[in-house]
Amino acid sequence: MYPNEVELQWSVLIVLYPFLTGLVAGAFILASLERVFRVEEVKPTYRLALLTALAFLIVAPLPLQLHLGHPERSLEMYLTPHRASAMAMFGFVYLWYLMAVLLLEIWLDYRRDIVLLAQSSRGVKKLLYKALSLGSDNISDGALRVDDRVGWIITLIGIPSAFMLHGYVGFIFGSVKANPWWSTPLMPVVFLFSAMVSGIALVLLVYMVTSRLRRAAIDMRCLDTIAKYLFYTFVIDFTLEMLDLIHRIYEADESFRSLDFMVHTRLFLSQIVLQIFLGTLTPLGLLALTQLMKFPEIVRKRMYALAATLTIIGIFAMRWNVVIGGQLFSKSFLGYTTYKLEFVTREGLLPAVVLMALPFFILYALIKILPPWQGESVHVAPAESD
Amino acid sequence: MNFTRRQILLLLPAAAVAWEFVKAGTPDQAPNYNMDEHWWGMLLDITKCIGCGSCVRACATENDVPEGYFRTWVEDYHREDWRIETPVVSSPEGGKNGFPQSDLTGGKNFFVPKLCNHCVDSPCTQVCPVGATYHTKDGVVLVDYEYCLGCRYCIQACPYGCRFFHPTKHTADKCTLCYHRISKGLTTACCENCPTGARQLADLKNPQDPIHEFLKTHSVQVLKPHLATGSKMFYNGLDGSVR
Amino acid sequence: MSGRFKDSAHLIRVAAVLLVGGVAFLALRAAVIPKSFGQFGPYRGKALLEMQARPVKYAGHEVCEGCHPDVAETKSKGVHAHVNCETCHGAQAKHADDPATVKPVLPDVGKLCVRCHSENIAKPSGFPQVNANEHSGGQVCDTCHQPHSPGFDAGGKK
Repeated sequence: MYPNEVELQWSVLIVLYPFLTGLVAGAFILASLERVFRVEEVKPTYRLALLTALAFLIVAPLPLQLHLGHPERSLEMYLTPHRASAMAMFGFVYLWYLMAVLLLEIWLDYRRDIVLLAQSSRGVKKLLYKALSLGSDNISDGALRVDDRVGWIITLIGIPSAFMLHGYVGFIFGSVKANPWWSTPLMPVVFLFSAMVSGIALVLLVYMVTSRLRRAAIDMRCLDTIAKYLFYTFVIDFTLEMLDLIHRIYEADESFRSLDFMVHTRLFLSQIVLQIFLGTLTPLGLLALTQLMKFPEIVRKRMYALAATLTIIGIFAMRWNVVIGGQLFSKSFLGYTTYKLEFVTREGLLPAVVLMALPFFILYALIKILPPWQGESVHVAPAESD
Repeated sequence: MNFTRRQILLLLPAAAVAWEFVKAGTPDQAPNYNMDEHWWGMLLDITKCIGCGSCVRACATENDVPEGYFRTWVEDYHREDWRIETPVVSSPEGGKNGFPQSDLTGGKNFFVPKLCNHCVDSPCTQVCPVGATYHTKDGVVLVDYEYCLGCRYCIQACPYGCRFFHPTKHTADKCTLCYHRISKGLTTACCENCPTGARQLADLKNPQDPIHEFLKTHSVQVLKPHLATGSKMFYNGLDGSVR
Repeated sequence: MSGRFKDSAHLIRVAAVLLVGGVAFLALRAAVIPKSFGQFGPYRGKALLEMQARPVKYAGHEVCEGCHPDVAETKSKGVHAHVNCETCHGAQAKHADDPATVKPVLPDVGKLCVRCHSENIAKPSGFPQVNANEHSGGQVCDTCHQPHSPGFDAGGKK
């Protein structure tokens, strides 16, 4: 190892960051399935997916702030961004996605409910909803049609924006020529598809859990469709990752021997066991079975839940293997180091666990403020005229 | 470079005066030098390096480098016969206190001093999100400790492993080519203290600098040329096994 | 027409919020970005000047030779001609600034010489290297060698 390489620079918090933004992008893509691609079956999860995306997007910058040597200077990224730096430009992509896409779309979809809630509630709640409505109480049919149309356009813009959001994170790694584990043009694409997989799996689980908690019936048609899209996306993701792997093994360039050894020793548990077998092959197998054979409802639910849980663990392992794995070997290809994960330090396991749990609390709060299941949102097809 | 005794005795107080301007917050009023006249590099002669570690110690003293981190370091290479891709390399404490006698006999053995390459197309300045690390007009790559966020992207992007995260400043840090010395007509701490002349500062814009003649008459290499970083640390006698 | 406008009015409010945010951001930029940013390039110009103005710790051999020409003379004739003073004597800028009060501490010869001269297979073959114990039987190097000109041919023997 070069003497300065012994200590790892990017910790578990930096593993968490692409994991969280990936869930955001994935949840949003699922929502857009209904809005733009008119996949009616997944409508019951539309609002839930959006709120999930928002909850995770809010938490996403927190691991970064904890990681920075000087978090009080983080505003500099917006004030004097270095245009050649992917990280700097990402700050604006995040901001764009938060303000112009996600918040706006949620607002437009919920506006009718917000206005009604503002009228029906009292005290602090009334103030909250009044503020959220931006003082406008126009929920006439005409206004709602405008909302619908604009919302449709925003979702349309939102899809490439979501791709950018997570693709950029992949680019932050993929553009580092110094690190052969990261440096590949496939990186943004692999990140994106694994994000979609994890996001869809997450919404599937959240839908199942919230329905259970509300003692509401699960719409099996919706669940089956989500599982179907999860399967398709997973197949693409798996193909891409296998392509990267096969390519590396075949070309066997300068870095290969070192990386190969690392995967078989340091990363054996996280890559081969957790990411590949438990996190990819098993859920793929389960989902493939559900697509090929007919199982009774209870069995399908169990299979989906298991597959989704394993998927999410597997995608987390993938982020771990990319970020931590990329720092375990020397850039001289002649040595290795170890990652010392501590528990109660600024970048330790405890903050990581807290940050993982936090979005669920925020989601709970969001669901309370903006209930996703009261009444159906009215989506008038954009082709209709006044 | 020839100094008169008077010039020499004025040099150090001048440095002290300049620092006062910095502490007062007006460094632009301190006596400074013309960046356009220089283009800094260094010559590292592998055939002369004895692995004494004087450079590592001198750098640590001159620049208050924290224990366990290295702005420059020396590596001990052992290439076994024809095995050019798998040398055995060690760098105990960066070579700070020299090297113990190794058990590996045979093959080719040599020392390689390393430092920031002050690349012309440096990947580290490319990725800094806020402009806290930058090139100067005279070819030195520096870090702004007041501005750095400590995101460590530059440390990841450096192919040579020359950057580290300063444990108390909580910013990125690395070799500054002793900018505070070379801008006053002195040489870097490492070059000053190298007993064999294996390290020599070079001003590539100065036509009288001996490096130009050296580059004409010797085979020189840079580290990791396939990454096209535009490194300005030129190695004489660098073996193909050096990573 | 007015009905249509009325139905889009809430969007104007959103636009207004975004506009206010944008203006606030620009104002913040003007206030907070350091004044010297961009002076020499996409970075804080003052940082460069601060870096240039840092104090030095090693005086450099020319400074030493300015006050110690006798040592410089001895050294220039021997094999240590190109070994600079501070390599062995440590950083002496403070001493050069105030020679009367700040005195250099003489290095520990036992440890100092072996750092360069202990034999190691990786050192260039022409370089003088010894196994310290075998060479002097435990005696310290400057028992026999004059450090400023240690070679015996150049009169460095004590």
